[in-house]
Amino acid sequence: MARIGVFVCHCGENISRTVDCSGVAKALADHPGVAVSMDYKYMCSDPGQNLVKQAIEEHALTGVVVAACSPHMHEKTFRRAASQAGLNPFVVEMANVREQCSWVHEAGPATDAKAIDIVRTIVEKVKNNAPLETVRIPLTKRALVIGGGIAGIQAALDIADGGAEVVLVEKEPSIGGHMSQLSETFPTLDCSQCILTPRMVEVYQHPRITLYTHSEIEAVDGYIGNFHVTVRKKARSVDERLCTGCGDCQAACPNRKIPSEFDAELGTRPAIYVPFPQAVPNIPVLDRENCTLFKGRAKGREKDLCGKCKEACLRSAIDYEQQDELIDEKVGAIVIATGFKLYTIGREQPEGLSGYPEYNYGEIPDVISGLQFERLASASGPTGGRIVRPSDGTVPKRVVFLQCIGSRDPEKGISYCSKICCMYAAKHTMLYRHKVHDGQATVFYMDIRTAGKGYEEFVRRAIEEDGADYIRGRVSRMYRDGDTVKVVGYDTLAGEPAILDADMVVLCTAIRPHKGNKNLGRKLSVTYDQYGFISSAHPKLRPVETTTAGVFVAGACMSPSDIPDSIASASAAASKVLGMFSGDELEREPTVAIVNERTCIGCFNCEKVCPYGAIEHIDVCNRDNEICGHVARVLPGVCQGCGTCVATCPSKSVELQGFTDEQIFAEINALLTW
Amino acid sequence: MESSTLHSNEDDIASAVVRHQEAHGAPHVPASSVRMSLIDEVYARSGVNVRTCYQCGKCSAGCPMMGEMAVRPHVVMHLVQRNQRAEALSCDGIWLCLSCETCSARCPKSADPARVIDTLREMATETNPGLAPRAIGAFNKTFLDQIRSKGRMSEVGLAMQFNLRSGRLLQDATSMPALVSRGKLKINPPSMRDIDDVRRIFANVEAATRDARSKGGYR
Amino acid sequence: MSLAYYPGCSLHGTAREFDESMRAVADALGIEMTEIDDWSCCGASSAHSSNHLLGVALAARNLALAEAEGRDAVVAPCAACFSRLAMARQEVAEDEELAASLPGILERPFDNTVDVLNVVQLLLPYAESIRELVADGPGFSAVGQMKVASYYGCLLVRPVGVAGADDTEVPTTMEQVASACGAQPVAWNMAVECCGGSLSMSRTSSVVRLGRAIIDDARRAGADAIVVACPMCHANLDFRQVARAEDGGTVPVIYLTQLVGLALGIDAEKLGLNRHFVDTSPLLVELADRATSAEADAAAKAAAKATRAGAVV
Repeated sequence: MARIGVFVCHCGENISRTVDCSGVAKALADHPGVAVSMDYKYMCSDPGQNLVKQAIEEHALTGVVVAACSPHMHEKTFRRAASQAGLNPFVVEMANVREQCSWVHEAGPATDAKAIDIVRTIVEKVKNNAPLETVRIPLTKRALVIGGGIAGIQAALDIADGGAEVVLVEKEPSIGGHMSQLSETFPTLDCSQCILTPRMVEVYQHPRITLYTHSEIEAVDGYIGNFHVTVRKKARSVDERLCTGCGDCQAACPNRKIPSEFDAELGTRPAIYVPFPQAVPNIPVLDRENCTLFKGRAKGREKDLCGKCKEACLRSAIDYEQQDELIDEKVGAIVIATGFKLYTIGREQPEGLSGYPEYNYGEIPDVISGLQFERLASASGPTGGRIVRPSDGTVPKRVVFLQCIGSRDPEKGISYCSKICCMYAAKHTMLYRHKVHDGQATVFYMDIRTAGKGYEEFVRRAIEEDGADYIRGRVSRMYRDGDTVKVVGYDTLAGEPAILDADMVVLCTAIRPHKGNKNLGRKLSVTYDQYGFISSAHPKLRPVETTTAGVFVAGACMSPSDIPDSIASASAAASKVLGMFSGDELEREPTVAIVNERTCIGCFNCEKVCPYGAIEHIDVCNRDNEICGHVARVLPGVCQGCGTCVATCPSKSVELQGFTDEQIFAEINALLTW
Repeated sequence: MESSTLHSNEDDIASAVVRHQEAHGAPHVPASSVRMSLIDEVYARSGVNVRTCYQCGKCSAGCPMMGEMAVRPHVVMHLVQRNQRAEALSCDGIWLCLSCETCSARCPKSADPARVIDTLREMATETNPGLAPRAIGAFNKTFLDQIRSKGRMSEVGLAMQFNLRSGRLLQDATSMPALVSRGKLKINPPSMRDIDDVRRIFANVEAATRDARSKGGYR
Repeated sequence: MSLAYYPGCSLHGTAREFDESMRAVADALGIEMTEIDDWSCCGASSAHSSNHLLGVALAARNLALAEAEGRDAVVAPCAACFSRLAMARQEVAEDEELAASLPGILERPFDNTVDVLNVVQLLLPYAESIRELVADGPGFSAVGQMKVASYYGCLLVRPVGVAGADDTEVPTTMEQVASACGAQPVAWNMAVECCGGSLSMSRTSSVVRLGRAIIDDARRAGADAIVVACPMCHANLDFRQVARAEDGGTVPVIYLTQLVGLALGIDAEKLGLNRHFVDTSPLLVELADRATSAEADAAAKAAAKATRAGAVV
């Protein structure tokens, strides 16, 4: 026979102002199975919790219902108290008479009646509650970091410095990401590479970091604490153990006119190349698509057309026959730090976006992107830091910067603000004026958004000290006018047209997610937003967690972020990982689904609908111990207790612990009966 | 400025608006039509939500008439957002608009300034036909009268009627012989057979519009 | 496909050469089209800026007539008429209430089944036929020597989604037709800028200013002629620019149908090329000269090559 205790909380006046709390307690005292019922001003206070503990002992209660606030507030508090009094915590439930009653109704008999109904339904539920045990999961104290930009580097170093091993996977031949392409960084104007490259070297030399560059995530299996990751290490055509990074192969390559990705296509590189001098690792990669030898082989030539790099290599490190390698790694936590890419204004656009025909789709050579400007301004760039026009190599005397290209432009497919452009446009005007003293920098903007430490001061400095002209308005059209670019804009503050002749135009293009995010999201059961940015588990309270337990997120793959933001979120993700690694096992709430393996028909509808990949197949054997079929099993470490499988199961073989059919029907019955 | 005799008797639209206001006081807006805010009425008539406009000025930047307008497209949008009914319906911008649609084609927010301006012109014509600058109002009226009476537009008739209404008696007169010599002007262009069919459309539209307005609707 | 023809008021008046050349080209290309019986004015800009419903209804009357005649599509060479008809078709397709009210207003059935085409859309599928017919003609035609600035103006590219161009800002459809004729399209900046059409009579100074910028850019780009497909644009660029010709050079403004007609070897007078204010005859003479000298050059080169080949043998 159930012996339930009911504890009605006044919540100061939050509940008692509109609900007759002692009346509710009295009404419940007569309810079948209720052994004790009382009310108190603050049930969550120490004296209140003691009332609950005493009652459990005195009345040998089998279940507890606290009529108070939402379970999100204090369920844990009362379950802990009950546990201290020797009761299984999972027979304690909250009846929410605050958010769902006192806060949303006027005082009166109907409100009291509703409060009583709410408490009764929970009492009936608790009668059916089973004592549950916390789920314990083994834990591999090793983390995978996907992406070797500044966010991935920071997360990897923080986790490794905290004592755990890290596997860092980077798609490109070198780590460093976009930050390595920047000339100087705002708001301090310190050299980007000077602050980044020591961190890159630290990663390379760290005893607890395993680095895979030119590699991608092939597959991910398992669940929190126990992920199995397959890494595809793409063929570099260079034996990393033999290569010393001397650069002889690069110098020997005859195919030197390939647009350099690192220089945003303003410079060129050979087919075998190290992307930039400070690359980590300093080992070249052979771009097979552009290599004469491989192009010949692809066309079926029997005799190789080239082989200059192999001839030049004194260490015999060049290996044309090298294949992609698949490497298995076991990790307990994953940090996604895949970074961003930039919107391009060209005619060809990915699905959902469109270009800028009114700006001639960027087909004017002296209209460049912000990243290209970074390369022009960078000492390591194709011009050695001289700011010149791509068309004729002359120094531009009038440079116009257009902000919000793609950003805040729903017509082109992007509604959001890219956040960093206001700052880098201001930085560009400074870099330009510091190099071209008689040059005029003009910025077309819509709003200046610079909320960050020292940011507003930085933009004011660009305007007040370095003389950048700021014009509020979007540009309507650009076209080539002889040697110059005609920029047709409007100054909305002056109420006058602003039609400028520019020698060069810099487009501050929007930040976009990598298209690979969606694929990666599917592999990890992580959700992404409408644009393809990885979603946080909660935008405010759980910013670096994802919807999958054990998978964290950092940097610009979540939303447009500058360097300080990326580093902050990377360190936050690292601290989450280290927190998870602080025990020897993981504990999870037992509100997970379980499959009745006797009645399961093996249709695996549950597997199709499970958003978390928590369903596994298990073999069913006959008496002779031969496999005769398969049924589903829920991995308790992965299941998030959403209940979708329960609703889908045609044979009613799945139940969600803590929310079983009996419990739900008991609640409904309570409403219909009393 | 252009000094050719063909267009010397130019009407200055901005000053025409001022003259009109001096003569008739502030634009007269009947109370019955002020039943919803301007922005909501524009929405009801055109389906365009002017609240989406974020005042970037791209419409004005590309407007071919921008240099001749006192109130430019993005300011027209702003007047609607601020519910400045009298100002929006009497500003020169809505009458100088060429309906070239450049603004709407390039608007990053799909706020369709061209459609909004078209709607404001329609509202102004309904509220007080005197709000249109003389030349433009005269042109539209002459044009519609032509269609109503002949079913088709005759350019000679249009030009003569227009010049009478707008007070530019000699505009384009010197080019008449040149047009005739090129066979471009027919004094009696072929007219329709069933003109009544078109007149019934005018009558039906007027009835439908009256009916819709009396029920508080705009479509 | 059964095709209706909607000439519109201008093509019966000041733009009659557009009508003449349209019919001549249709004949030459074997395009069958039947003028809508007892058509009426499309309403132009005056109707819809006074009363939106009136603008739709006046245009829809003509679509309803074409529908009753059993046509699949109607071609409206005048870009303004095309725009009104296509706008009406789209608005009715998107607004059920409007669609339901129109039969009552028009006092005739209307199911909105007739497609609306402009002259570029009509001719584009015939580009290959034009190319073949031109290839069969004389080796060096005058059109082959012509540099043209293709001028779309507003109504062939805007509103987006109604006008049916391949690109709002950088369209190429007219250039494709012009290239099929053998002409050389020039790269210029004013292809989609407005000429001021709707204020042609009521504010002439603006129209002259806007037309001037277009003509200047065509000249700068080295065009021998501006090719248009709109009577409003034509009037503003041809008739209005003569009014300002005191500063010297002019550029002939011809209809796309006239260009195609010339390429197909149709007589210039039959195409109405004599009706323009900017005289086209000097250009035609000059192009013929260029064709003759190009032919002579080619012959000389061929002879030289033959000589060289003979020497080798």
